[in-house]
Amino acid sequence: MTAVHDLDARLRTCIHCGLCLEHCPTYVDLCTEMDSPRGRIVLMRGLHERRIEPTPAVAQHLNRCLGCRGCETACPSGVRYGELLEHFRSQSGLPAESTVMPRLMAFANFYLFPYRRRMRAAVAMARAVRWLGASHLVRATPLARWIPDWMLRLDAMLPTTIDAAEPLRREYRAGPRDAQRARLFIGCVAEVLRPRTHRATIRVLNRHGCDVECPPAQGCCGALHLHAGRRGEACALARANIDALHGDAPVITNVAGCGAMLKQYGDLLADDPAYAAPAAEFARRVRDVSEFVATLEPVPPTRAMPIRAVYHDPCHLGHAQSVRSAPRELLRRIPGLQLVELNDGELCCGAAGIYNLTHPDIADRLAEAKLRRIRDTRAELVITGNIGCMLHLGARARRDNAPIRIVHTMELLDEACDPRTAPPPYNPDSEAP
Amino acid sequence: MRQINPQYLDELRRVVGPQHVAVDPGERHTFESDAFTLVRGRPDAVVFPASTEEVAGVARITAKHGLPIIPRGAGTSLAGGTIAIDGGVCVSLTRMRQILDINLRDRCARVQAGVVNLHVSQAVTAQGWHYAPDPSSQMVSTVGGNFATNAGGPHTLRYGVTAQHVLGATIVLADGSIVALGGTYDDAPGGDVLSLLVGSEGTLGIATEITVRLTRTPAAIRTQLAIFDSIDDASHAISGIIAAGIVPAALEMMDQATLTAVEQWLRLRFPLDAGAVLIIEIDGLEPGLDRQTDRIAGLCRRHGARDVRLARDDAERAQLWMARKKSFGALGRYGLSYCTQDGVVPPSRIPELMRFIADVGARHRLRVATVMHAGDGNIHPVLMYDENDPAQVRAVVAAGYEILDRCVALGGSVTGEHGIGIEKVRHLERMYDPDTLAMFERVRRAFDPDRRLNPRKVLAGGAPCVELLRPPKGIPA
Repeated sequence: MTAVHDLDARLRTCIHCGLCLEHCPTYVDLCTEMDSPRGRIVLMRGLHERRIEPTPAVAQHLNRCLGCRGCETACPSGVRYGELLEHFRSQSGLPAESTVMPRLMAFANFYLFPYRRRMRAAVAMARAVRWLGASHLVRATPLARWIPDWMLRLDAMLPTTIDAAEPLRREYRAGPRDAQRARLFIGCVAEVLRPRTHRATIRVLNRHGCDVECPPAQGCCGALHLHAGRRGEACALARANIDALHGDAPVITNVAGCGAMLKQYGDLLADDPAYAAPAAEFARRVRDVSEFVATLEPVPPTRAMPIRAVYHDPCHLGHAQSVRSAPRELLRRIPGLQLVELNDGELCCGAAGIYNLTHPDIADRLAEAKLRRIRDTRAELVITGNIGCMLHLGARARRDNAPIRIVHTMELLDEACDPRTAPPPYNPDSEAP
Repeated sequence: MRQINPQYLDELRRVVGPQHVAVDPGERHTFESDAFTLVRGRPDAVVFPASTEEVAGVARITAKHGLPIIPRGAGTSLAGGTIAIDGGVCVSLTRMRQILDINLRDRCARVQAGVVNLHVSQAVTAQGWHYAPDPSSQMVSTVGGNFATNAGGPHTLRYGVTAQHVLGATIVLADGSIVALGGTYDDAPGGDVLSLLVGSEGTLGIATEITVRLTRTPAAIRTQLAIFDSIDDASHAISGIIAAGIVPAALEMMDQATLTAVEQWLRLRFPLDAGAVLIIEIDGLEPGLDRQTDRIAGLCRRHGARDVRLARDDAERAQLWMARKKSFGALGRYGLSYCTQDGVVPPSRIPELMRFIADVGARHRLRVATVMHAGDGNIHPVLMYDENDPAQVRAVVAAGYEILDRCVALGGSVTGEHGIGIEKVRHLERMYDPDTLAMFERVRRAFDPDRRLNPRKVLAGGAPCVELLRPPKGIPA
């Protein structure tokens, strides 16, 4: 099954100008043509025209791509790079991914992360181990050698605290009046590791006069699968979500990665006779929460927050969905908040789904560079719209013993709106992320 | 293609580190072409050195084994300057991206060759300085590549090309020796060898570290957009402005085909029915600038401008420049491959040449878009073609010859800034008389007796012309 029909023409949209190079995080990091968007397109075209073999080296360069799609923003010629990459990762007979992704990690990626209940159990286990001090113990013994690095990284990424939260209800009414309705996409990782984001999102939507429904039958968006070339599984998840969230109300997501994927369902299922039309219809209903709230009647935040802050553009919001001004617009409504811009803000932080597990070295260097530029702004708060960036940057900052507070746009808006639910006045020293 | 000799690969690995030598056919495949895609050639190996010493080490190994050596920066050459026609070792300088020293008191910066042009300006912009040469590729192209091609850009009209902004350079010669030319001052003793190296396209040596002149950023800037119904009117306005004795900081033209592509991408509300637009920038001290913009607007109107707009703020100005600088890339939206020509004529001959280019395009049934550094008569007709259609490929080559021949006939040149590369070897032979060419040849032999440095570029040196780029029948060879 493929959604990319006119491959020849699409590959030839790249006219080799090279203007993408410095917008590619792996090119900036490694400085090699084969790790640039232009180089990867040449590789794809070489594979397509059978001028090169799918060697492990070729696979490595294609797999090294973060999929951030920063090159699409930079490309004057309009190459749809993300779709090409997904196509070649799933089609071109590249050596099996087991060479890139250890089997156990693949298991975690495809059978654990996408399922909230399994994920919750695993996190509870990991936290119990941590609480017993066992992870320190294990790390100190020769046993540590047998634990794969990515598992240790996964452990390091778990937030130090996960707030207790009641399970999400089916519906949150804004008030007695007949309100606008929205369906919240719950996703997988975010609800387990940072339940407060959804609660804040719901309160913000309610406060803007919007009823929120959380249909329970929905599942993972399938982005992790698609980006790893497992198109079939991604399609199955997409169909399940389309069924679970059917209706007219907008589908709202607060995770950039999920949003980009949900908006792509139309292309993904274009060849499926039963689902092509509903998928296209579904994709049209998807909105990132910041994009959606910005279209509602403004409810000005009441609480002043005299803080210097940066907004970090998640790649899958900025590059993939072109949503850049809406979150900034909402944040500027908070009295006193001093929003500053980041240098090279369009470069990926290295989180990129599970990239930080599959390519830890590059991911770490990208996070370090991002944190350095954040510190250069002297901001005390980072605001963003993607759980992946929050966990990755948070873990890296903790490892450097330079914690910085990272919050979701909706969390800050919620804090700034409602004095009853707001935590005590912000003190940068009191909270590690 | 030559057999890869494992011995030299091991030697290369020892010099730059095993992870910085690419030998996989797929990896080498990505170095087959740069931004010039008419011909391709895969290098036998690609190395990524990190220092002058490593480049010298690589040069010694290639000297020992008699291998061609092809230096490469970001690979944005529009004349195929980095294509490994005969294989050999491609030396990619992109890992050498350290700014080694910034010295504002002496107005200069020393950078490694792989530093991106724009990054030099970004490093000093807060202090009110910049690096003046600004090729359209400046957001990715390297100072080393700019040095090799003596790159120009929109603002070279007022500020001069790369040669005027290079004070010194560390050069690795063909045999691996390292020489230092120039310094932080303007007039180094011993003859200006440095100027010989600037623009030599890596055929005389490889620049690894370059000291560049920094320029004070002007106190005030005005950028105007003049809209014309026809290219002819716009061309006359260009020669009118220059003839009136005004030297703007930049004077650029985009034609309708270019505007349409840029508009599809950026949606800046360019008037799509316009035949051409001029972007005119003046800078200097605040007093007097407005009088000059009025004068320029008057001249444009007198030559038939429909409208002359002034960019209201820095954001609008930046947008205009983004549109202009990335316009080449935007032309990819026509879904065709293209070849960007690079001719020069005296500004007064622009109207004539533009009419000729339109004729050539029509005769060969090629879609042509034109962008130009109008102020210095540097014209970039972009010839679009379907690379799967051999007839169109031949037509592009033929049209290129006709246009550049006309440039020479009008008193101009076959290249303004892209260099000769592999593309214009035959064009260069048409531009100079045999004695001059022989002198060039002798200079090259003095630096590189075995012709291993970027072979077959600039001067063929007796090697056969790339078949595809041969002058077509009907054009006197």
